[in-house]
Parts: sequence; C-alpha cells; structure tokens
Amino acid sequence: MVIGATPEDARALSAPRGRPGLDVVWAALATVPDPEIPVISIVELGIVRDVAWADDRLIVKVTPTYSGCPATEMINTLIRESLAVIGVPDAVLVNQLSPPWSTDWIAPEARTRLNGYGIAPPHVIGARIDVTGISPLRRASVVVPCPRCASANTQLLSQFGSTACKAQYRCLDCREPFDYFKPH
Amino acid sequence: MSTPALAASSVNSAVSLPPEAARSPAVLDGPAALIAQSLFEYLLRLGDTDVVLSQRLGEWVGHGPVLEEDIALANVGLDLLGQGRMWLSYAGEVEARFGEQSRSEDELAFLRDGGAYRNLLLAEMPNGDFAMTMARQFYFDRFHLLQLHALTHSSDARVAEIAAKGVKEVTYHAERSMDWVIRLGDGTDESHARMQRALDALWMYTGEMFAADASELALAEAGIGVDPRTLRETWRAAVGAVIAEATLELPTSEWMQGSGNRGGKQGIHTEHLGHMLAEMQHLQRTYPGAQW
Repeated sequence: MVIGATPEDARALSAPRGRPGLDVVWAALATVPDPEIPVISIVELGIVRDVAWADDRLIVKVTPTYSGCPATEMINTLIRESLAVIGVPDAVLVNQLSPPWSTDWIAPEARTRLNGYGIAPPHVIGARIDVTGISPLRRASVVVPCPRCASANTQLLSQFGSTACKAQYRCLDCREPFDYFKPH
Repeated sequence: MSTPALAASSVNSAVSLPPEAARSPAVLDGPAALIAQSLFEYLLRLGDTDVVLSQRLGEWVGHGPVLEEDIALANVGLDLLGQGRMWLSYAGEVEARFGEQSRSEDELAFLRDGGAYRNLLLAEMPNGDFAMTMARQFYFDRFHLLQLHALTHSSDARVAEIAAKGVKEVTYHAERSMDWVIRLGDGTDESHARMQRALDALWMYTGEMFAADASELALAEAGIGVDPRTLRETWRAAVGAVIAEATLELPTSEWMQGSGNRGGKQGIHTEHLGHMLAEMQHLQRTYPGAQW
C-alpha cells in the first residue's frame, strides 16, 4: 500500500475489536506522505524503523532524516493522525537516532516515483568517506541524469537545494533546473 | 516540552522517549558526579558552538550573494541547529544527575547570559564579508568533522549516536567550505586578497579548538570525550592542503586567543557574543514562555 490509499482503506483491514495487528499499523503508516515530497510515503523513505506492541501501547520508532529537518514535527502529527484512524490514538513515538538514516533505505519503487516527480533519485552510497584527507572529501563525481529529458549532460549548481536533503542541478540540454536527492 | 521550540524544526519535542525512560531519578555523588558535571560542561560546549554558529549563519538569510548561497548558508545553519538541540537536550538530562535542576534545551539556549555560554570563540565571530564567513566555516568544519568522527567511538552511547548523525551532515559542510576557499583563493585578485585576509584574521581563534582543560581531559580519560590536542596535526595537514590548492598561505602565527584555558569554552567571550544573544534571546526575555 502506498500513496493513494487512505487511512480508511487501512481501517477496513483492521479487526473490528481489540488492538490492530502490525500489518494494519504498517498499512496505516504507508498512507502518510512525506510533507515535502508527497509522492513517497514515510515508510518508503525509510524513517519508520520499527513498530511493536508493548502490552496495550503501540511503540513507533522514527528516525530523523537530517537533524534540523523542519518536516519532522509535521511528520509526527501525520503519524498520530493516521494511527488514530485505525483506533490507536495514543501511540508512543520514539525518536531513534541510531543507526543514522541513509538514503540507501529508500524503496526502489519510490526512487522511480521520485524521478517521475522531477527529483533525481539518490545514488546508492559505496564505502564510507575518509574524513581526514582532502581529495576523498570530494565526492566521486557521479552522473545525475535529468529527470525530465534523461540527458546525462547535467551540472551541479549548489550542494544545497530547496530542502536539506536535496542539491540543485541543471540540465545543459533541456535547460531546466532540477533537484537531486543527495545520497546520505 | 512546555517551552517554545528553538525553531520550526523539532527533533525531540513531539517524538520523545516514554516519560519513565527519560530521566533517572537518582542523583549521583562522588567521582560519578564529577564525570557527570564534566559531561554537562562538554555538552554545553558542543551544543553552544552549534547554536551560536547557526545563529550567525541565519543572519545571512535574505542577504546571500546569490539565491543558491542564501539557501546553502541557511541549510548549514539548520543542520547545526538540529545538532545543537540534541546536545543541549542531553545536557539538560545530564544536569539532573549531579544537581537539582534539569533545564530544557530552550531554557539553556534562551535564558543563559553570555558568561554561561561555552561556545568556541570562532563561532561567535561576526559574518563580515563572504570570505570571512567561509574562512570561519572552513576552519570550523574541518575541526568539527574530526571531533564528531572521534566522538562516534564515545563510551557514552548517546554521545556516540548524536555524533554519528552529525558526521554525515558535517561532511557536506566541509566539502562546501573547502570548495569556496579554493574558488575564492584561486579566483580573481580581489577574491584572493579577501580570502587571505579572512584566513589571517580568524587564525588566532583556531588554537582554542585544540586546547584542553582539566574537565575535557577527565572526560577523554573516561572514554566519553576526545582529547582535542590529538586532532591538531590532522587538522593542520588537511587545512594546509586545501589552502595550498587555493594558492593561499597558511598563517604561521602561534599566538592564539583563549589560550591558557581562558576562552569561550570557559565562558570568557569576545564583545560580539552579547550583541548576538541580545537579538537571539530577545523574544523569550521580553515575553517569557511565549510559544508559537
């Protein structure tokens, strides 16, 4: 279940009485879009790390993308709303920092959808970066194809784009600027 | 959290640990209390440096030389604010281990005077021109990266995980400030001269990053913190290599501000911090407890 489904759809799967099963919880969470990138869900983004029942309390572990991401608060509100719909108004949201979020956790289908939305999806990260050297800090120059015309003839404009998680590029063929989801 | 958030972003306010796990009611004494006190001090140094530099970068918003840079400066500031909040939140929890109070991140940020701030002097330096802002960022980013990387091995799990989160973000910061130092240094006569002037002017504030006092050493000994003196040579080599590629000269003066453990980390600041805090704290000082 992804974007397009509604919390009501998830509720339909829910048992009539008692606490909903974890599959229903995951289905409800899969209806929550990322507020900044509404074509992917927070589950596809990889920030919901775990859900579990502890007695009668639902524990949802969420990890932030970037530490200062302004969407975090909005995401928490949306999570609470989606869980209230399936009859869990009092879930405990736990902020889990470790292991730190990585774009490698973004689901493959979501990458395709990002591209269709005009955001070049992140490359998969290789080995850890050596923090002490100079040249290793220069990230290996990767080709970022234009999400509109698929040209490989593109250029980095700025390492920071409209949100902390994106960089700004431009296509030298179709001349359109676009966002690149930074590998993180 | 009953007090207002530092910014629109929120790492800890809406998502928080279950109340029973958030704080230990036991107040420590003896050597454990001393370590807790040193850790509190250390967390303030980490958090205050992030918050103060973030505020400085925020002053650029609407004034950047081009739109992309305006956005980039704000994004770097936002990362630092997020990291600063995590350090200060933890500081408030640690405070309860040895004392009677446990201040929130907001109380720590908005209700302490300059003398209680523990940030590096470098972080409070005014923005100046773009070269000055980039030189400040470059010197700091390269130190910050090494510091956080070392702290990912901290025996304190919370310190280690905040550092691991930060190190990924700071890698971007360091890459970007390096690019600007090279671009401005190896640019026009004007940009070269300004970049050199900025590197020279801020050099005397870099020594403090690598100076350790008893509190910091005790924490390093306990495996919680890092002895900053061990980072100095690696930093010099990395900074020197970038400066050489930028056709600039590494300053050579050995005289440093804040030496003898009388600097920002001990609460002794330049005249610039008070002015900055007056603006940053104005709202909470004038309308205590105001929320948005």
